[in-house]
Amino acid sequence: MSQDWQFVAIFLILSPIFPAAPVILNHLLGPKKPNPIKQQTYECGIETVGSSWVQFKVQYYIYALVFVIFDVEAVFLFPIAAAYGQLTLFSIFSVALFIFLLADGLAYAWGRGALEWI
Amino acid sequence: MSFDFLEFLKSLVSLTISDYLRELWGNQPWVDFLMNVLGVVILSTFCLLIVIFLIWLERKVIARIQRRIGPNRVGGRYGLLQTVADVIKLLIKEDITPTGADKVAYLLAPFLTVMAALMVWAVMPFAPNIIGVDLNIGIFYFLAISSVSVVALLLAGWGSNNKYALLGAFRSVAQLVSYEVPMILALLVPILLARSMSTVDIVNAQTVPYLIVAPLAALIFFISSLAETGRTPFDLLEAESEIVAGFHVEYGGMKFGMFFLAEFVSTLFMSGFFATVFLGGYRLFGLETLVIGDGWVIGNLLGLIIFFVKMFAVYFVYIWIRGTLPRVRVDQILNFNWKFLVPVSLALVMMTAVLDKLLPDTFNDFARAGAHLLANIILAMITIEILRSYARRQRKLASDDGAAETASGHDDHGHHEPAHEPVAAH
Repeated sequence: MSQDWQFVAIFLILSPIFPAAPVILNHLLGPKKPNPIKQQTYECGIETVGSSWVQFKVQYYIYALVFVIFDVEAVFLFPIAAAYGQLTLFSIFSVALFIFLLADGLAYAWGRGALEWI
Repeated sequence: MSFDFLEFLKSLVSLTISDYLRELWGNQPWVDFLMNVLGVVILSTFCLLIVIFLIWLERKVIARIQRRIGPNRVGGRYGLLQTVADVIKLLIKEDITPTGADKVAYLLAPFLTVMAALMVWAVMPFAPNIIGVDLNIGIFYFLAISSVSVVALLLAGWGSNNKYALLGAFRSVAQLVSYEVPMILALLVPILLARSMSTVDIVNAQTVPYLIVAPLAALIFFISSLAETGRTPFDLLEAESEIVAGFHVEYGGMKFGMFFLAEFVSTLFMSGFFATVFLGGYRLFGLETLVIGDGWVIGNLLGLIIFFVKMFAVYFVYIWIRGTLPRVRVDQILNFNWKFLVPVSLALVMMTAVLDKLLPDTFNDFARAGAHLLANIILAMITIEILRSYARRQRKLASDDGAAETASGHDDHGHHEPAHEPVAAH
């Protein structure tokens, strides 16, 4: 079991090398002639007005909230699905109730107009 | 003579590197460690190198779909070295960091995307014994790692300090986060049928490929994987005509190349994952367990070939869709997800669970597959019927509006084609 995760751990440690190698190579090979105009922020023809780090209407906020609900649901549903052969009828009814409550949550969000991209 | 040659081949196949190392050092723990390191390096190098071929393939296929020739100058008649030339070009570009950028986030983002795109390959079963590691929570691992790319996109968009990049990142997060829900729900169906989260177990459970047992789950997974990898028709993350290039506007040289690479690697992974979960992976009528003579297994090689054929078949469909379909709008994307895919996949999961429990144990695999297929078809028909009645109601509403407007003398066009009215109204 810990053998399995050893592979993942090694992968996690080694995987930054693979993007780092070409990026470092690029840094070494490419020309280095910086000037202020070249390093300006890209904009459509005019100079950028102000910073981009301003208060902004986060349109995906509600989506992210609904997503969190469904993601947590998934954490519970995956083990249930994997052990489905051993479940009794009672536990299946409780799972069905669980899914029904979540579907109800989706219907509530839908009905309140939360799922509209403005 | 020929007998000796066969013996030699057999010894070549049966002597693996780990056996060799064990002979050298005995049964030490660092042998496993070294094998793992070797596995990681081989897997990652394979992913990075195959991208060179994938980009060439995509350009060539799209060119053919659009009745062009595609790359045909560098590297012979078929332009095979075009991508190599492009990589060299990217390598000798200047490494620019824009003045306003948040340097940590700006630099971290390309690394994080590539890491996420590479690490998911650990659970991909290429052949009966060729797999990075057979985790018992393989699919869960894939979902967890692949959602890291969302963080990377947000880092890239925020760190660039560019308005296009920020808008692109916002859209990407909304889209990727939304489409993860139907993907999770669609993947529950194969787990339910195979009773395991391990990718190897799911492949072994597919006497009948799950494409036939659960076609709706396969379709939902396919659509959401299109959105997760940000490919057309869901390529809003980098819609050139609206936000230039989205989150990677400010990236150049190899840092841009890393985003490009991650996109291709994860697309290939998605096609391989589709082949594993829904097309039976390396299995093809028991061909992968073929044994010749006294236990000389050629199944591994055959399994590898079968898997690659299936993976590239799915990959071709991805390219085909990119060459065919136009881009859709951002509100359409999210509505399609939350108001269509999520309810349908919820219904699908519940239906599959109930049906799987109701079917008697006397049914064999084929009878079960038939029952599931029938239930899927019925659910699809119900869904289409609901959609049609909704469309009919909308059309009726629109034609009523159109008639009212013509009566008051405002609009002549509404009367002729009332069905187009709601589209124009958006």
